Amino acid sequence: MKYAFFPGCVSKGACPELYQSVMQVYPRLGIQLAEMTTASCTGAGVLQEKDLRLGDVLNARTFALAEQQGLPIMTICSTCQGVMSQANHRLTTRADYLQEVNALLKEEGLEYRGTTSIKHFLWILLEDVGEDSLRRHITMPLSGIRAAPFYGCYIQRPTDALEFDRHPDRGKSLERIIEILGAEVVDFPGKTRCCGFPILTINEKNSLTMVATHTRDARSHGADIMVTPCPLCHLNLDGMQAKAASQTHTTIDLPILHLPQLLGLAMGLEAKSLGLKRHLISPESALAKIGMGL
Amino acid sequence: MHTTLRIRRFNPEHEHPSSYYQEYDLDVDPADSVLDGLIKIRETVDDSLTLRCSCRGAICGSCGMRINGHATLACKTKMISVASEGETIQVEPMHNMPVIKDLVTDMAPFWSKIRQVQPWLQPQGPPPATEYTAPPESMTHLSGVMSCIMCGACVSDCTVLEVDKNFIGPAALAKAYRFVADPRDAATSQRLEVLNQYGGMWDCTRCMECIQVCPKGVAPMDRIMSLRAQGMVEKIPSTCGSRHAEVFTDIIKHKGMLDEPMLAVRTFGLKHVGRLLGMIPMMAQSLLKGKVPLSGPLHRAVPGIQQIQRLFKRVRTKP
Repeated sequence: MKYAFFPGCVSKGACPELYQSVMQVYPRLGIQLAEMTTASCTGAGVLQEKDLRLGDVLNARTFALAEQQGLPIMTICSTCQGVMSQANHRLTTRADYLQEVNALLKEEGLEYRGTTSIKHFLWILLEDVGEDSLRRHITMPLSGIRAAPFYGCYIQRPTDALEFDRHPDRGKSLERIIEILGAEVVDFPGKTRCCGFPILTINEKNSLTMVATHTRDARSHGADIMVTPCPLCHLNLDGMQAKAASQTHTTIDLPILHLPQLLGLAMGLEAKSLGLKRHLISPESALAKIGMGL
Repeated sequence: MHTTLRIRRFNPEHEHPSSYYQEYDLDVDPADSVLDGLIKIRETVDDSLTLRCSCRGAICGSCGMRINGHATLACKTKMISVASEGETIQVEPMHNMPVIKDLVTDMAPFWSKIRQVQPWLQPQGPPPATEYTAPPESMTHLSGVMSCIMCGACVSDCTVLEVDKNFIGPAALAKAYRFVADPRDAATSQRLEVLNQYGGMWDCTRCMECIQVCPKGVAPMDRIMSLRAQGMVEKIPSTCGSRHAEVFTDIIKHKGMLDEPMLAVRTFGLKHVGRLLGMIPMMAQSLLKGKVPLSGPLHRAVPGIQQIQRLFKRVRTKP
């Protein structure tokens, strides 16, 4: 199981604990990674607002680089995954468009033949590592922890680009992982909705209302923590939660964990090695439920 | 197949009106639509069940409702596609609009927002002798958006309308795009300037719910992205939204990867320095936790940035 690893801007920037925790868990699962150090940002859907074709060319370059290595791409960010999946969908379903993009790549000695597969770590755990193998790595089941899933829009929609038709279990993959890790799934209406991060600079009030609504709902459904495969959701749900609580005159205090952090805990890794001290909302009380400290 | 329809009911004429769920067990043909099931209930079990429908062929847009948590057309949704033998199907009225009775919603707010975008052609100059024409090839890109049947599914599941009723919404924005991108229309700049306001095209979160639920493939969010791109081309007054996209693109051009602090500083700029200052508590906390990334000259470009920059240039010079 070897992948071209696309860490994304945020795991290398404002969420270093995501990168840190992935580095801790992946070798133990029999995964090999070759980090794509020369790849560009996917555009995160923002660059695409300015110029969709430019975004597709940059992503086609990334796909071509992975294709040269003969490796599928592993992402650890719902947004990176979704933006790449959408670009790949456009490129591989329209031959004339792929040709047009390749004409732009040609002068760089690059060509994308349309064979690169792009997979989020969440999907790799279930589809490639596999449930049986994953269970063998769980040395400290998270019994007693009630975890609310929060996906991030880009890993839920649109389902055709994300190949939900070929992989129907992807839509419920986070709940499945939480169960395998021994925690209790807390189902709540907001799990597939928007965290509000994309409009944080545009309409902060609406963005914070979304943060408050989802974290408060998860709390009221009994969650001790929320877990997400998207660092952009994490930035808003963790980083802006205190301000969102203040805006709505409530107390929320819901720790938001990155997926590999939750996995690492169940694999018996120390909280500190997974970067759990770096969160603005401390997971200390939730960790105490499984006899762990920060 | 056997199924149970769990229907959200509401009767405003009740002494103490409040909504509740009522379940109906049914034997149906798996190929039946959910609308077939609802009509069967109304005709054979409970004639008080209220719903709106007309064509039964996904053309009129009347039977928009939420089935198993997602807005769709009841006539286009086969029972077998949403439930297996013995499973329950949940049916609710559309969200983000008032409920009149049971599954019937008040579309007045929907139509009001459609009217706001002035959904009619506004050409310039004296009217032609016959009709306003355009070459077919200049109109084909509008065929998708013109497929909209105004069912309201996108509005029902819009994540922004859920928190802010002032947002103009995906259906009206898609309709606005239909005229902005019409070569015969002469009001592009004025339209974009109106859409540039609070509650307009920049308030969409890009959550893609509208793309997912649209039963006609209109992809409203893609149209909103096109409006934003057109707004930047037309150089209408900048907003935090347009600056965010411009600065983001510029940073990728120079660094390959994102410089997050720089994105915030340049997006807000001096004009919105108060917003930037408002983020200081969060930034300070993040700094203490070792979460503020390197920025400016300390944020180094990715190896291979020259290739990325050549691609930027080539994309922009080869239309």
